[in-house]
Amino acid sequence: MQITLTINNKVHTWNVEKDEFLADTLRAHGLLSVKKACESSCCGLCTVWVEYKPVLACTILSVRVHGKAVTTIEGVPTEAEEFARVLTAEGAEQCGFCSPGFIMNVLAMKKELINPSEEEIIHYLTGNLCRCTGYMGQLRAVKTYLGVAQV
Amino acid sequence: MFTLSDLVQPDNIDTAYQILSNKRNNTILGGCAFLKMGAKRIGTAIDLTNLNLSYIKETDGFIEIGGMTSLRELETHTLLKECFAGVLPKSVRNIIGVQFRNSVTVGASVYAKYGFSDLITALLALDTQVELYKGGRMPLVDFLNSPKGKDILVRLWIKMDNCKAVYLNLRNSASDYSVLNVAVCRLDEQWTIVVGARPRRAAIASKASAVLSQGKQSASEIEDVAQKVSEELSFGTNMRGTANYRKALCKVLVKRAITEVQACKSH
Amino acid sequence: MKSVGQSIRKVDGLMIATGKPVYTEDLAMSHALVIKIMRSPHAFAKITSIDISRAEKVEGVECILTYKDVPKERFTLAGQSYPEPSPYDRLILDEIVRYVGDEVAIIAAVDEKTALQAMKKIKVVYEVLEPVLDFEQALGHTTVVHPEEDLSCNFDIGLQREKNIASSFKEEVGDVEEEFKRCSVVVEDIYYPQAQAHAMMETYRAFTYLDHTGRLVVVTSTQVPFHIRRQLARALQLPASKVRVVKPRIGGGFGGKQTGSLEVFAGIVTLKTGKPALVIYDRKESFSCTTSRHAMRLKVRVGADQEGVIRAIDIQVLSDTGAYGEHAATVLSCVSYYTLPLYNKTRAVRFTGDAVYTNKMPGGAFRGYGATQGTFALESAVNKLAEQLKMDPTEVRLKNISQVGETFLTGQGVLLGSSSLERCIRKGKELIGWNDKFPCREIGKNKVRAVGMAITMQGSGIANIGTASVELRLNDDGNFTLLTGATDMGTGCDTILTQMAAEILEIPMDTIVLIAGDTDTSPYDPGSYASSTTYVAGTAVVKAATELKQKILEQGAKFLGVPSQNVEVNGSGVRTFRGEKISLAKIAELTVLGTGKLQLVSYATHGSEVSPPPYIAGFAEVEVDKETGKVELIDYVAVVDCGTVINPNLARIQAEGGIVQGIGMALYEEVNYNELGKMASNSFMQYKIPCRKDVGKVRIAFEESFEPTGPFGAKSIGEVVANTPPPAIAHAVYNAVGVRVNHLPITPEKVFVGMQKL
Repeated sequence: MQITLTINNKVHTWNVEKDEFLADTLRAHGLLSVKKACESSCCGLCTVWVEYKPVLACTILSVRVHGKAVTTIEGVPTEAEEFARVLTAEGAEQCGFCSPGFIMNVLAMKKELINPSEEEIIHYLTGNLCRCTGYMGQLRAVKTYLGVAQV
Repeated sequence: MFTLSDLVQPDNIDTAYQILSNKRNNTILGGCAFLKMGAKRIGTAIDLTNLNLSYIKETDGFIEIGGMTSLRELETHTLLKECFAGVLPKSVRNIIGVQFRNSVTVGASVYAKYGFSDLITALLALDTQVELYKGGRMPLVDFLNSPKGKDILVRLWIKMDNCKAVYLNLRNSASDYSVLNVAVCRLDEQWTIVVGARPRRAAIASKASAVLSQGKQSASEIEDVAQKVSEELSFGTNMRGTANYRKALCKVLVKRAITEVQACKSH
Repeated sequence: MKSVGQSIRKVDGLMIATGKPVYTEDLAMSHALVIKIMRSPHAFAKITSIDISRAEKVEGVECILTYKDVPKERFTLAGQSYPEPSPYDRLILDEIVRYVGDEVAIIAAVDEKTALQAMKKIKVVYEVLEPVLDFEQALGHTTVVHPEEDLSCNFDIGLQREKNIASSFKEEVGDVEEEFKRCSVVVEDIYYPQAQAHAMMETYRAFTYLDHTGRLVVVTSTQVPFHIRRQLARALQLPASKVRVVKPRIGGGFGGKQTGSLEVFAGIVTLKTGKPALVIYDRKESFSCTTSRHAMRLKVRVGADQEGVIRAIDIQVLSDTGAYGEHAATVLSCVSYYTLPLYNKTRAVRFTGDAVYTNKMPGGAFRGYGATQGTFALESAVNKLAEQLKMDPTEVRLKNISQVGETFLTGQGVLLGSSSLERCIRKGKELIGWNDKFPCREIGKNKVRAVGMAITMQGSGIANIGTASVELRLNDDGNFTLLTGATDMGTGCDTILTQMAAEILEIPMDTIVLIAGDTDTSPYDPGSYASSTTYVAGTAVVKAATELKQKILEQGAKFLGVPSQNVEVNGSGVRTFRGEKISLAKIAELTVLGTGKLQLVSYATHGSEVSPPPYIAGFAEVEVDKETGKVELIDYVAVVDCGTVINPNLARIQAEGGIVQGIGMALYEEVNYNELGKMASNSFMQYKIPCRKDVGKVRIAFEESFEPTGPFGAKSIGEVVANTPPPAIAHAVYNAVGVRVNHLPITPEKVFVGMQKL
């Protein structure tokens, strides 16, 4: 099946299988930042934006993004690097495997929430699992990035 | 992972239903999260994306929720935060994560009648009707009790009454399934107590609810009613808990939910 | 210091955080054959027939291998120094399958769909045998997990395969029974720390191909490249020189990737077909077909005199090593090595243990490596002892812990070189508010808050066995190359080793390029395990950097035409005391030209005779709902003695991450098998690692000691961080509601049931 989508601000027409999920399609087209780490839609590593909302690329059928805007971290290099600098200044990227999906969710959160409390930040980011860092360093980085006071 | 022979994205619901009834293994696609964990052999998969069923609005004293509305929409919509003491957003907010809730649908969650569903428990405590394409409009409880058939859940209708409702649950890890969930609703003198994730799907404890409604809801009555709920409904054992524990939990959560409803002030 | 002790950003941080394609799958050739593994549905069975004829005919299938197609010599997949203390009990594919998920056939095809399609057409007939699933029944069970006669071991680890014993271990000094008789208080209990899954975010994967000289190149997500090379050489019957193992960026390991779970499958496919091959384990396979922490039963007796001095400790262990014995012996002995030395006023100690085979997924290396299980048991027992002595648990620790300069009964005279454990305990008490909160306080609404604590130790490298080699080179452009075999799995050792070299050479970090993880170019290093890298490879870096600095000085002096004693060297170059100088860049330039004819290189191998322990004092505050048993973790404080902290940010993150894994083990995680031996907890949906909301507050503080044998005084931190949460949280729960949960994890139901029984 053919889909036409805007991927990272460029319009493309791609051939996809009907049962193909977006994560595989994106990786097949060289967007290797998108990671697959589970089969149960639980881990959040594959987070990309569809119409600027954070979704799980592993669970979205590619046919469903026909006519839509899809964004991966490759498409937001300036904002991603800005937050990545804060994250790495904490040492909170560790193995880095969960980082791109995490950053995409952080950037989405920044757009969606205004002056979030710590509780709201944690709630928004809960769907991003991490096994290396224990989450504390990531929270410090997010607070620094959003200009929220560290407690 | 499922397999499929074909996938269609019809422009109108009549076509969607027609294709669905054509073959036994033609299937409506919801969020696909559960589907991809199974090994279903689908004939034609029917994607309802083009049917404009993703909306929440107020219609004639009802809240109308389209079947393709995401759980995240349900969580963040102002109307739902304001109505029923915000019970619906509270019921879904702990499900996995924001990205997950952006990717899964109300229609699939309800249609699949999942035992672990938090949403069904909360909806069942309210005056909720489902609208099926073929089966028409019916109370949620009737839909849940109806035999498995082939239909499309087009939308939900929730009566905008002035009820106050509370949803409580116990989960071990915060993003896990509930070990047990409970929703209690009060509309004037009428109380409705629902328990779900038993692990069977949510059910109304109608007898106990009637007793509660008829009394004065004193502390000892609440205690008594909670006990009755735990006796009226059945509980089972699975990886997350034993039947005995669920029964004990039921008493605690029902008691707390009733007390919390009492404390709800009108806005 | 300019580099060491600074919170420097990881050298790979920005690139991996923004998703650059630097992991194994990203580097695989796009047309590589895709490998899928057919697995046994039975916990114990013999393959009576396997018919692949229909499967082979599927278009796009390149090769299908069964037990008939693989070499017959057994090997081990343990990532340990040779000769491995592990039974050689594996074949690439075996006629006997020993756990649900054990490999039956390897299918290589053009894509995943084809491979899976072909798999459905393979016909296997099994003779289903009765499995032994309960490790408490395994010893002497009629079912023998390894009936084969060609099982072997490099040396005696106590293997008795007919009894299902993979390994036995015993350490004993003095007469514990006599000592217990003399004790005023003796406590005894039995503890069951559970099997835990690593759940690293990047699942297992390996990519293989033949290079331009016909050598097998293996790009794999591994912690142990050199061990993988050796394993593959033996398993595939190749000289090791024909194998090259490359470790790119990897997405976590925690010990799981210290066992070569899948490289051999990709390797054999590439050898048979001549083509590149890629094998990726999905999450389900990573959960159920690799390794987990060893589940154990520990019976602990601790006895003390009236003053609270611990005089006798007796630990009896049964360890579940599952179907294969890679890490059976070493994890078992580490239970003893990382518990008994904590309290050295003892007059008698005894440790006895057996690791048994069962028909389940094998136990493997997992952060803590026996210390975790042992700490849970011993510290829980000591907390029980404190209560019976009516002494504050922190006072019991302070009274009994080993001090610097002392040894311990099983220590063979080795003296403790550094410890700030006493300060760690005091600091931790202060930070958590112990005096106000111990043991518990009601806070209304059926909730009670309480605190608990535990201490732990680990090692730093493996004394007298582990060595690391490092090469340092001054390049013609004035920059440096640091070659090491150390394997960064996200922890940041690439960064801290660079920090150490930069510190010695007095140069900016970005003038050093660190190259690691390639058996062709890296000097030998065992890999990332046993908390070795900072301590062992770090010291090798210090040695090599010191040597190179001296060579730069001597060469600079030569170029300046003066004796070496007349000059000094720093990061800018060499200068005489009179002020004549030559820059480092100039020295570099000249050394590779005819004038110098001597590119400056240094080399060092380091191994230590000691394994100095890092320490942690962990304190937990919980809130227990008395009506439901739900335990909420309010606060966790860990005070760490890892010697000198080389990079505070990275050390802190290691601590936070390890504590959270420990919290997972304490409260949420459980590897679960059904009654047929099938793993039920094989997804993130069923196996719950802590999510963001589960962890409350985790606070880390460092109390630096100075370890004389360590680089800049450093010890290690990688594993010790995982051990304190289970006993500290269990202690807090007991203090809250009087329930001792000895079977981990501590679920609400267990607490609830415990309360009912009181």
